Amino acid sequence: MTAVAAESGAPAAPSLPSSPGPLVRARWAVSDTLTITRRNLLVWLRVPAFLVFTVVQPVMFVLLFRYVFGGAIPVPGEYVDFLIPGILVQTAAFATFGTAIALAQELKKGVIDRLRSMPMARSAVLAGRLVADTGRMLVTILIVTGVGYAVGFRFDNGVLPAILMIVLATVFGLAICCISAYTGLAIGDEESVQAFGLIWIFPITFLSSAFVPIPTMPGWLQAFANNQPVTYVIDTMRALARGGPVEASLWKSIAWLAGIFVVFLPLAVRAYRRAS
Amino acid sequence: MVTQDGSGPAILVEGLVKSFGEVRALRGIDLSVPHGTVLGVLGPNGAGKTTAVRILTTLLRPDAGRALVEGHDVVREAAAVRRSIGLSGQSAAIQEELTGRENLEIIGRLYHLSWPHARSRAAELLKQFDLLDAADRAAKNFSGGMQRRLDLAASLVGQPQVLFLDEPTTGLDPRSRLGMWDIIRSLAAGGTTLLLTTQYLDEADELADEIVVIDRGLVIATGTAEELKGRVGGDVVEFTVPDRSRVADAVTAIGKVGEGEPNVDAETGVVGVGVGGRGSEALIEVVRGLDGAGVETRGLALRRPSLDDVFLALTGHAAEETEETGGRRGRASKKRASKNRASKKDAGRAAS
Repeated sequence: MTAVAAESGAPAAPSLPSSPGPLVRARWAVSDTLTITRRNLLVWLRVPAFLVFTVVQPVMFVLLFRYVFGGAIPVPGEYVDFLIPGILVQTAAFATFGTAIALAQELKKGVIDRLRSMPMARSAVLAGRLVADTGRMLVTILIVTGVGYAVGFRFDNGVLPAILMIVLATVFGLAICCISAYTGLAIGDEESVQAFGLIWIFPITFLSSAFVPIPTMPGWLQAFANNQPVTYVIDTMRALARGGPVEASLWKSIAWLAGIFVVFLPLAVRAYRRAS
Repeated sequence: MVTQDGSGPAILVEGLVKSFGEVRALRGIDLSVPHGTVLGVLGPNGAGKTTAVRILTTLLRPDAGRALVEGHDVVREAAAVRRSIGLSGQSAAIQEELTGRENLEIIGRLYHLSWPHARSRAAELLKQFDLLDAADRAAKNFSGGMQRRLDLAASLVGQPQVLFLDEPTTGLDPRSRLGMWDIIRSLAAGGTTLLLTTQYLDEADELADEIVVIDRGLVIATGTAEELKGRVGGDVVEFTVPDRSRVADAVTAIGKVGEGEPNVDAETGVVGVGVGGRGSEALIEVVRGLDGAGVETRGLALRRPSLDDVFLALTGHAAEETEETGGRRGRASKKRASKNRASKKDAGRAAS
């Protein structure tokens, strides 16, 4: 190699304005977020293992519970109708493992250092991560819903509630994504992040109304399962899909999700700023 | 306040202090790098090199002191600093799943180049860094040397006036290392101001106009390579002990010949000792001593001092003596080094 950048002169010289105004900065924040989103989605498409985990794993869960465990679990109505909202929430929560792991990897490899040393929008790395991962999550949710339909699940309550159910599952996933983003950036080590994810994501999804009716659990466990956000979200989704009283659990879900955003989004932003 | 018109230095650092808990990574560093020059920051692991680079690139805030890059304060005018710098760290900060071209195009977009601009800049850099053939392969299939070249290319997308290279050749094989040196030389020739940290003394000797030696968070010497070598003030007798178990015997055997403690590299078995102006006389004494002790050696020679010898003379310990081997002298470097998060485990190895 001979000539190198500095002498290469100016055909593509980016003359960066010395002090961009607020409008320009806002435009950059959007375009930087889109660039990071695009990058993250490209990475997702390039790694077959990611696709397997996002698509195959939840489908296996649907089949497993529908045809293996489901027959042994007595519920009012069809088990498949009971199951699918629970599986969707579990799928969304598990998908956020990827968020935490990806951020921890980027931190370790120095990618985040590089991006933080560049004149790009500070919010873009986190925002682009959340947008891409939420998009990925929505794809998974739609696939699982489709598979659910194939094995007998039905929306009995009309189109709008069905759409609302999908939206609620996605917003729930985004909230969990914020927690995962925070843990990924704060812990910063891939293996530890993964282990820590198991410790909190497994209990909150399984110790809920996702797979079994809560009254079948021992009393002390019911106290937890009845009062945690995953149960509220799933109960709301079931009511939206099949009909029935929505309001009580919907408000509790909204309150919990808002609380998670208010606490963990700033924590994640702070962890990104301080990442080292 | 230094103005931006080029009258002040490209980098100015005054009394920089940074602690991590009880560990004092920087204990008051001063630096000044004129435009278009290369400063080599030399020091062992845990000396504070990376901490200094992280402060200068706006990634860390100093506890005290100030630092200006191109006249901009790294804390109060961080955004302006980021527009004038490039950073290439110790590990290749690239997205391995994406191709070399995609990596550079994305960085270009994040520098707010238009798509066509980002594409042409990426193509230009791929060509200059000899990566055109591999440009459309995933970066994870690149060799270590190629990944580091891609990383360096990424740091140049925004055409920075000041480039920070934190241990640019750590972990590279000798051939890739020489290739990297060529690139760095041509960047310097093109007028980019460079701050380069290294623990390889020959690297600083090869590339830097001026060298700053850092140890335990303090600048302990400044000067050109020649000036620093002058500090040792004399020749060095050096030899290799092929049988590593006899290194200690060899050191004992020549104990009284030198003008200080011999510099020993336990891994390669190379022993060097400063002998002042008594060159040939000392050489004979060394041969007698080794012969008397029955230690076999290779490549016994009298040579001009290297920066290794300078480091020993300045600090009383060898530059390679990092957290891994430093324990026997009871140095407190372990704690310090563990704070430096990045992959340094393989660092001391290639220092031969």
